Amino acid sequence: MRSKSIDNIIALTNDLRWQIGDDFHDQLAEGIYADASYIAQNSVISGDDKKHFRLDSKIDKIVTSKTWGFPIMFLILGVILWLTIEGANYPSSMLANILLDNLHPWFKDLASSIGMPWWLDGFLIDGVYLAIAWVIAVMLPPMAIFFPLFTLLEDFGYLPRVAFNLDYLFKKSGAHGKQALTMSMGFGCNAAGVVATRIIDSPRERLIAIITNNFSLCNGRWPTQILIATIFIGAVVPDSLSGIASLSAVLGIAVLGIFFMFLVSWGLSRTMLKGEVSTFNLELPPYRPPRFWKTIYTSLIDRTLIVLWRAIIFAAPAGAVIWLISNIFIGNESIASWTINSLDGFGFLLGLNGVILLAYIVAIPANEIVIPTILMLTVLVTGITGGEGAGVMFELDSASETSNILRAGGWTLLTAINVMLFSLLHNPCSTTIYTIYKETKSVKWTVVASILPIIMGFVITFLVAQVWRILS
Amino acid sequence: MENNITSTCDTCSHFNAEGLKKLGVNIDNFDFVIALAGNPNTGKSTVFNSLTGLRQHTGNWPGKTVTRAEGAFEYDSKKYKLVDLPGTYSLLSTSQDEEVARNFILFGKPDVTVIIVDASRLERNLNLVLQILEITDKAVLCLNLMDEAKRNNIKIDERSLARDLGIPVVATSARFNEGIPDLIQTISEVASGKIICKPHRLINVPENILKSVNKLSTEILKQFPKIPNSRWIAFRLLEGDSRIINALKAGEIV
Repeated sequence: MRSKSIDNIIALTNDLRWQIGDDFHDQLAEGIYADASYIAQNSVISGDDKKHFRLDSKIDKIVTSKTWGFPIMFLILGVILWLTIEGANYPSSMLANILLDNLHPWFKDLASSIGMPWWLDGFLIDGVYLAIAWVIAVMLPPMAIFFPLFTLLEDFGYLPRVAFNLDYLFKKSGAHGKQALTMSMGFGCNAAGVVATRIIDSPRERLIAIITNNFSLCNGRWPTQILIATIFIGAVVPDSLSGIASLSAVLGIAVLGIFFMFLVSWGLSRTMLKGEVSTFNLELPPYRPPRFWKTIYTSLIDRTLIVLWRAIIFAAPAGAVIWLISNIFIGNESIASWTINSLDGFGFLLGLNGVILLAYIVAIPANEIVIPTILMLTVLVTGITGGEGAGVMFELDSASETSNILRAGGWTLLTAINVMLFSLLHNPCSTTIYTIYKETKSVKWTVVASILPIIMGFVITFLVAQVWRILS
Repeated sequence: MENNITSTCDTCSHFNAEGLKKLGVNIDNFDFVIALAGNPNTGKSTVFNSLTGLRQHTGNWPGKTVTRAEGAFEYDSKKYKLVDLPGTYSLLSTSQDEEVARNFILFGKPDVTVIIVDASRLERNLNLVLQILEITDKAVLCLNLMDEAKRNNIKIDERSLARDLGIPVVATSARFNEGIPDLIQTISEVASGKIICKPHRLINVPENILKSVNKLSTEILKQFPKIPNSRWIAFRLLEGDSRIINALKAGEIV
């Protein structure tokens, strides 16, 4: 009975549709606008003074201008990065001092005083605890600076202007202009950036945005970039310039990421994801002075702590895995050193080494733990003393000590540059991969999004290594 | 959860400040469901936060909320579940965020839909308001960002707006917690049926379309006497909206 009555309705609908013609949608929209304008005229009393609008449009004229739009964008990003790099140093070393230098020995003493067996003590304290402590010490300070600054910018209303500036490039590359917004979110966290692509209407353009989000350097990768740039890039120029040199190197990698994002978007929209660029309206909202303290507070609670918590959850098992593979022996060799030896040849081709590749495998759950893993494994392979021993994650107090270890592990300027490139171009972390699957519900696109960047990483680092070796 | 209402409404006899409890995410056993809808970047999440005491991330860019967020508050010993919908300019298109909003208003059948508009851009925002009023009878217009409107020297006659739209209008500046008590009071009165809305229905529709819509809507009412928004369903059917046809078949709308 019900289905029959619905058939009646649908039949009637089809009849009526013939009568009203195909401009129904437009006529309806016009009707709505006419009503809206009538009601608004009745109740809006005055709006003649446009002083505020004028100020907004004056700012917009500068920040979205052809000449100044891009320099201002890079300047703002540069200042935020600089504040993050410089400002994070002190709290980072303070936290490292408390968590690694004081609490860690204290836990060790406690464990031996209650007679904990060596393997449990190693697994829990040297593995799990140290991984967590390292992530907190290294990640919390930069995040606590970067996120609030970024949120202030967001509250002020700058992000839509970035989208406006980049729109032309997105259109050229066959992608949606709103991808600028999701890309910006990716600079904080790729998983968040992938979820944010829901604002893009067209499925084709949304997929492009999802696949290329990984080219935004995420929060877990900034510390790697910053540390390696400080140690190796900063060291090749005179001291007075080292800050600027390392800042430019990090900024360069970030911009390179944006370039790859456009390149891959362009490639996808011409091969696997062909189609027209859809039009859309982008509203440039009024500038709103951010409510400073409220913003700082909410960004700490909402972003910093949530991201930190995630990192801790992933770092703990990773720390345990590192400890295990370094302490379980097959014959005379630990699993770790066996894997490193077999990866070394391939690593050399890429201008990297086996340690770095293994570290990237171990760190799939969280990019944050790449550097400590590399250090720990390097110590293991070279047999130098300086760290806490086999399978123990640690951070050395000064960048120069870290540098000594890495150089002892055979690192050169080429290794450093390629690590920075590889950190930009490799598979997304497991959370992002899972998020991509949840958003696309497609194994195929999840695989593409995971494999594509790592293939690019192999190709780029390989080329750089070959050219470098020919030239030097 | 703390109760820091700073406006004069706090002391007004009309508003029962003691009766307000922000419940955060405790959404069990609610009495009413309230939807927050509106154009992008009109401060929906800010209103949501000040009603629930939650700290949903807010940001000054359109499209920040892509999923719906839920929270709750209690007022005069009634519990309200609050759903923050993604911002949309219209309900006529089919992007994912707009569908989340439309489906909730249509299928979630909220007890009250609070439509949040930017007071400085009233005319453009009314486009969505009028569409929502075709779907639901119980709505409150929240005229937000009044501080900005004031700075831009825009004044709005709230009473004539309320008369034209047929729903209560509350002026707020959610960022500064102004007008929120009044909003809560109004929501509670619409939810309990103390205020009966007579929402504006589209007038400026060409004669032939209106005739077809009325014909179809009568037919729908004949088959489904309890349907509250037959006119809007008729609009959607004529547009060829397959989601609505399927929903009708599955009995989701009635």
